Order: sequence, then C-alpha cells, then structure tokens
Amino acid sequence: MVSLRELTREELILPGNASCAGCTTNLSIKLALKALGQKTIFVVPACCTSVLQGVFPLNSLNIPVLNISFASAAAAASGVVAGLRVQGIDDVTVVGWAGDGGTVDIGIQALSGAAERGTDFIYVCYDNEAYGNTGMQRSGSTPMGAWTTTTPKGKTEQKKDMPLIMAAHKIPYIATLSPSYPTDFIEKFQKAKGIKGTKYLHILIPCPPGWRTDPAVSIELGRLAVQTGAWTLFEIERGTLSISAPSRPFLDKANRKPVQAYLEKQGRFRHLTQQETSQIQTRIDETSEHYSKVNQTRLCP
Amino acid sequence: MSRKELPKSIHEMPFTCLSPAVKGSAGRTGSWRTVRPVFDRGRCTKCLLCWVYCSEAVISRDEKDYPVIDYEYCKGCGICAHECPTKALTMIREAGGE
Amino acid sequence: MTLTIVDSGSHVAGLAAQAARAEVVAAYPITPQTAIVELIAELVSSGKMRSEYICVESEHSAMAASVGASACGARTFTATSSHGLAYMHEMLHWASGARLPIVMAVVNRTIGPPWNILPDLSDSISQRDTGWLQFYCASHQEILDTIIQAYKICESSKVLLPAMVCFEGFILSHTSMPFTIPDQEKLDSFLPRFKPGWKLDVDNPMAHGTLSSSDYFMELRYLIQEAMDNARELIPAVDKEYAETFKLPYHGGLLEETFCDNAEILVISMGTIGSEARVAIEKLRNKGYRAGSVRIRSFRPFPIEEIKKVCERADAIAVIDRAISFGMEGQLSTEIQRALYDVKDRPLVLNFIAGIGGRDVTAKDIEEMATHTAKCARDGKIDQKLTWHGLRT
Repeated sequence: MVSLRELTREELILPGNASCAGCTTNLSIKLALKALGQKTIFVVPACCTSVLQGVFPLNSLNIPVLNISFASAAAAASGVVAGLRVQGIDDVTVVGWAGDGGTVDIGIQALSGAAERGTDFIYVCYDNEAYGNTGMQRSGSTPMGAWTTTTPKGKTEQKKDMPLIMAAHKIPYIATLSPSYPTDFIEKFQKAKGIKGTKYLHILIPCPPGWRTDPAVSIELGRLAVQTGAWTLFEIERGTLSISAPSRPFLDKANRKPVQAYLEKQGRFRHLTQQETSQIQTRIDETSEHYSKVNQTRLCP
Repeated sequence: MSRKELPKSIHEMPFTCLSPAVKGSAGRTGSWRTVRPVFDRGRCTKCLLCWVYCSEAVISRDEKDYPVIDYEYCKGCGICAHECPTKALTMIREAGGE
Repeated sequence: MTLTIVDSGSHVAGLAAQAARAEVVAAYPITPQTAIVELIAELVSSGKMRSEYICVESEHSAMAASVGASACGARTFTATSSHGLAYMHEMLHWASGARLPIVMAVVNRTIGPPWNILPDLSDSISQRDTGWLQFYCASHQEILDTIIQAYKICESSKVLLPAMVCFEGFILSHTSMPFTIPDQEKLDSFLPRFKPGWKLDVDNPMAHGTLSSSDYFMELRYLIQEAMDNARELIPAVDKEYAETFKLPYHGGLLEETFCDNAEILVISMGTIGSEARVAIEKLRNKGYRAGSVRIRSFRPFPIEEIKKVCERADAIAVIDRAISFGMEGQLSTEIQRALYDVKDRPLVLNFIAGIGGRDVTAKDIEEMATHTAKCARDGKIDQKLTWHGLRT
C-alpha cells in the first residue's frame, strides 16, 4: 500500500511549462514519474504533451523524451526497446505516453502491433476524450452525448472501449486510472513497471478547456466520474478483471451518485436533454452491472 | 541551458532539436493567473494533498512538511484550495483585480 | 575471411546489413524486397547476425521503430519498396530531421494503381526532398559496398543523415551475380561501432523534437543542407578508401563515367540503365560516334560540380529518366539542366522517359536515344524536348 507521504520529493517535471492551468495531464506526468523514477524514457506522439513540454529549445520533463509523429508512439517505443536491449541496457523503463487520439484512432495500428509482439514497455493513454491538442475535435474516445467542435450537437456514437480491445491482445496487465485517486494511480504504475511484456494504462483526464470546466474542480471531476460509475477503476491481470478498491462501492447502484452530478459541472454536456441524460444513466447502469458480473473472471479465453 | 542562454546564432545551436529541462520552459507562468492561493499555516494539518494534487508541481514540502508555493510559476488553477480539507489554502484575486 | 559467392540482389542487401553489423532491423515485407527481410530473419534466428529484429505491422511503423532504435544509439537497417516507401513518407522526414544515420535498402518498384510489381525509379525519386542521401546501384557488388559505405558516411559527425541505397526490383533483386564480401575483421576496422551524435540517455536527459517556433527552425533545416554538402565530399573519399582497403572496384564516388573524355554526345542515367548504357556507348564508339555515358550514383546530394565538369564540352546530352514528375518532365533531366545552367555554350539536353512500370530498356533502345540526340546536335536544335521512348502510338 503506497503512502503518499513517502513518495519522493523529487520532481521530474519542472514547473512553468505550457500546460493549461489545472491540467490533469501535467499532474499525471508528475505522479507517473514519481512512481517510475528517473530511469525512464518517454515516447510522445503528437498530443497535448508534445506541446506542454515547453517550447524548443527549452523543455520541462527531466527525462529523455523522444517526440514522434502522431501515429507512431507504440512503433517508435518498440524501436527504443530494441535499441536499448541490443546494447545490453536492461534497467530503463520505456513508456509510450499518448493522448486518446494517438491511441484509439490514428495510433491504434502501431499499438496493436506492439502489443501483439509482446513489446516490453508501458503504454499510457491519457484520455481527455477528444483531440485536445488541436482544439477539441471528437475522437473515438469521446463519450456519447459530449459536445466537441466536430460533434456540435453531441456525439451520437459510443466511446471506444480501449481497455477491452487491449484485453483481447492477451497482454499481461491493463488498468484504468484517475489522478484523483493518487495512491491507486501510483500503485498501478509501480505494478506495471515490475511486469515484463506490454502493459496498458488508461487514465481519465479532466480537461478544463476541453470539457468547459473550472480548472479548480479538475480533481473533483475525476472523483465524480468514479462515484457516478462514468469511469470505473479496474485492473485486468493476465486476463482476469478485478475492480479496484475505489470503484468497488459504486458497482452497487445504491451507492452511486446519479450521473447528472458529474455531467452538470461540464459545459460540454450542457446541451443534453433529460432523455439524453437518462440514456447515459442507463448505459452506466448496464456497464456497472456487467462489471459486477464479470468481476474476478477471465474476460477472454 | 537557461532562458538567458538561448542561442543567438547558428553556431550556438544544437545540431538537432534537443532541449534540456528547465523551470519556466513557457516563461514566467505566474503571470498567467488572476487568482492566487494564500496559505494559512494555522489551519494546515500537513495532509500533503495540495502537494500531491498541484498540477503544476509548484508546491513543495518544507522540512516540517508544510507546503511551499512557487509563485513564479503558479498558474492559479485553484485545485489546491478546492481540495484542501481544512481551507488552509484559499484563492484571492491578484492585486490589481477587483 | 573474404568470401566470393553468387546470390541474388536482395540477399546481397541482407548480407550487407549483416556485414555492417546492423543492431536493429525493423521491416515489413513488400515485393520485390521480401527476400531481404526473410534472409535477415534467418540470419538472426540462427544466431549468425546479432541483431534485434522487429516484425513491424506496417512500413510507417518500420521507419518509426527505426527512428526509436537509432535514437538509442543502435545501428539501424531497414528495407522497402514502392507503396511501402510511400507509406513511410512522413517518417522519412522524421529520420532526417532527427539527424539519425539509418540506412535503408530501397528495391525500386513503381507505384499503382494499377498494381504493378515491376521496377522504375518513381518510388525513391519522389522522396528526393526528404533529406535522405540517395544512391543508385547497378550491380550486386555495388549494393553490398554502398550499404556498408553508407553507414560510414552517414555516421560521420559531419553528416548524421539517413541514406537510401536504391536498386531496381527484379533486374537486380531477383537475379544472381557473383560478389565478394570482405573479411569481417577488416570490415570492423573500416566501419567501427556506431558513435551516435545524440541519443536518449537517462544520464543526460533531453527532450528531442519539442514544439518549436520559427525562431530556430530555419537554422535546423539549414544544418541539414550543410550536412548534405559535407556528404558530397565524403562520398567519393569513402568509396576510394573502401576500394583500396578491400581491393574491390571503385564505383565512381558520386558518378561513374565511361568514355567521357572527348565525348560530344553523353547519355546520363541512373541504376541499371546506366550499366546498359555502357554497352550502348561501346557500340556507338565502334560506329564512330564520340559518345560517353554518365551513371549517377549519388542523386542526393546531387553532384552539381561534377556534372558541370563532365558535360561542359559535350554538344548534346540524352538524359534518360525512369520516372517523371507529372506536369513537368523527368526529374533527373531537370536537375541536370540546373547543374548546367551557368555553363557558357551549354550542351543541348533531351529528356527521354523510359522503362516506366518495368518496361525493358535495352542497349539498343539507348543507342536509338543517343543517335537521335547526335542528330539534334548536328542540326543544332532539338526537335522534341521530351520523348516517351517506345510509347505505343
């Protein structure tokens, strides 16, 4: 059990970079690097992180970073892993750090290939549920009902279930995370670091400019996502699903806050009708019930 | 390299786009904010949540585990004050605002 | 131990990667390159080649993985053709912009639609602006030598750019010729371990490729042009050094000249059309023509001064392009004319498009083009600037 007090005081992300005020991606990098330590290499495709790093010739991440093209995070990371291995370097953690666009849409081919090859790296999808870097256009990870610049009336399609897609790749470790639950967050990163093979971590990222929210409530939003069941924290270890402690109480509808509590704080859901909100609520109820049923079981053969 | 040492001629350039990590890679981001956090030591229980949740890594811990805020780069997002369980941190308007 | 064997052009490329001690190979199969990746897979799995081999899921990922590996300081090799090269276009820019000395064998094949697996140079010529060195080979020995030389040139701190070693599909890849592989120990002295210009290093953490503005970008790109200028000097020097060290033929450095000294008519081409041209030129000489042939070996960097020198006193030049830039003309022809622009009394230049989509270009075809050019020289004017040779009418 991780103690926040015992976390290292060293910051591998330096303040004053180009991230927005209240950016939970910036926070996630901070926490991830506290878990992973200094012997870490990030491979970052086009995404908010390419920009928040800082403007050349300055940068804010005090680890080696290979910025790469939008579609290539997992492929470039595969190359880094091979390049280190052939030189006998075996104590460095390689992390593909990509947004939802570079994971779920344009980056999915490279990710699927890397996972199928069992590439020994951690792939992190930090998900603000749209193409944040280019101004909030919809992605495959945008949830149903959300406004984006390319779904002005609200997205009509479902959010792509990336953790389940990764489960079908039979990789050893998958987890969903939220920086609003920092001990769970850090434990999952530490666990991933200790496992050989492809590890997939998916972080829900409240995004003030993209979600049209007050930056001050960024952490509260992550909590509400879990408390309403809109986001479930879990692990899939060697194919078996296990719901994480913070989400377990909320599998029971009696404990869940109505999804309205989560949606009403976000401008991107302001246009929703009551009918649309109740559709979202139904979807959440079905998903949570399903998770209850399959908790502690193998998801794939 | 610091902001003072930014290359001025091609001879001072790195031959490829490599950047070292520095504070303030986007400038003095403290100038972005319109509100700032104010710390009331008397209310603080040293829970460290502000240190954990600060999205800019401008909050550090002193030897006694009280938070120390780097106002040079604090963007005034308000997360620390919102999450502080004892209201030891509150947000006030920057001087010059109403 | 020096080894002389007979094998296919594709296998030569794989053996060159082995001889050069490539440490990471990330490649995706495509006709007519497949035999290269298959040979390397065999060499790696049998332990004969100490390399990490990544069976990537696309060519775009092949180049992305190559960038990742080279950025760690590993000597990296890959191979592709045609559509595969086109698919990785974005990443070609990334490799040169990141100043990574990746060497890639390009087995030239045309690009569809319609599907066509046969050779022309349109795949690699259309990548000429990407900041990659480009070599065009005409024999199996040259493929071997050029891949090894390319590492030496590209890994030089004065260059640090990636290189394509191009050779025509089927004509070279699927035919067999004898060639000699130098002794490995001597090769290791000629080409020592890769010392990267930069690398991802936890002991010296830097971010590569962060967002930039117009403040510094132009200078970064200028440095690539400067590296190309340095490569232009290094290429003939390394070719000479290699030939002398291993007692193997000198390939001409930037370009190979045949009977050019007193030539009135020149045929300029690249790849196997260039070796076929030597046969044609000999025949023409026997018929009394003062004809010569230039085979351009280094297309990038382009041998501007060398072309000027060899072409200055010719009356007319037939430039044979195995590709075309639609809406303009053959790319080699345009670049030759640019090289000759400042020459007083410069020669006439005729452009022949030939061999597109794998159509055969024989010595007889080249003779026809050359005699036609000679006639224009005698008449003092060009009847048709651009001719698609052998086009069905």
